[in-house]
Amino acid sequence: MSVHASWYLTLAAVLFSIGVVGLLVRRNVIVMFMCVELMLNAANLTFVTFARALDDVGGQVAVFFVLVVAAAEVVVGLGIIVAIYRRRVGATADDAHILKG
Amino acid sequence: MTPGAPALLAAATIPDALTFAVAAVICVAGALGVVLMRNPVHAALSLVMTLFGIAVLFVEENAEFLAAIQVIVYTGAIVVLFLFVIMLLGVDQKERVIADVFRGQRLVAVGIGLLVLAEVVLFSRTRWVTGARSVTGRLEGPGSNVAKLGRAVFTAYLVPFEVTSALLVLAVVGAVVLARRPSRTEPRWRSEPRPGPETGTPAGDGSAGGEAAGEAPAAGDAGDPRKEPEEVGSP
Repeated sequence: MSVHASWYLTLAAVLFSIGVVGLLVRRNVIVMFMCVELMLNAANLTFVTFARALDDVGGQVAVFFVLVVAAAEVVVGLGIIVAIYRRRVGATADDAHILKG
Repeated sequence: MTPGAPALLAAATIPDALTFAVAAVICVAGALGVVLMRNPVHAALSLVMTLFGIAVLFVEENAEFLAAIQVIVYTGAIVVLFLFVIMLLGVDQKERVIADVFRGQRLVAVGIGLLVLAEVVLFSRTRWVTGARSVTGRLEGPGSNVAKLGRAVFTAYLVPFEVTSALLVLAVVGAVVLARRPSRTEPRWRSEPRPGPETGTPAGDGSAGGEAAGEAPAAGDAGDPRKEPEEVGSP
């Protein structure tokens, strides 16, 4: 018998929390992006765990879509970072303060 | 409602429990590395570690196709994209932390993280399986994982699948628009002081040529004497 689902869910919770803290603490935009990826992966782990616990394909299909959305998000996000970089040197989130209204 | 944690882990066979434990340690270590590493390149490599651990967990949970996709797409494409942008922009210098935006921001961030952790763990420990079983299709039973996944994607999830293709096209167009060089007419304010430097450039070129000509005999001793007269003659 495999490891109980609650262990996987707990691990996913830990990964998600580390991602949240990293997103709030780090200033480098690229590292913040990596933390977002971390949170997405924690959610993926949750999906797969529920797919196994409920014996349902839907969870794994959801991971499939999350992967696509993550890829699209990374492409657009890195494009934005490159565009910001072209105007000013510095990739910290504080360097984009001119965006405030 | 749920039995105690040791009983749950004891119910698993030894290889399963061991695999989960090792992969979990790898995942958490990599995640901590992403947050704590100062150098973005090291953070990206830590992210690879976490993603690989998650792929191992996918295999452990009978999601073989997703494990392969995880390795190929995430560690093969997305992290490489991260590294590409890091190297392209030269972001791999130390993160300069001027000041927190407000006092005690880090403490608040860690507090929020612990709050999220407590909340999610609470839910995952108490109400971990609710809902109907096997709505879109069974995961266990005969047949391969890929076949079941493919059947579900192209029958029950056909519309989201098509929307996904639209999303990908949008992402490609958006990336091209964002990364395009700004058109020549746009930065008019930047092109105004250009005549000054432009008149200065021939002199700069001349001096640079003189330097090159001065350097050339020294370099000419090492080799390629043919190049030397060309460089002297060009200015």
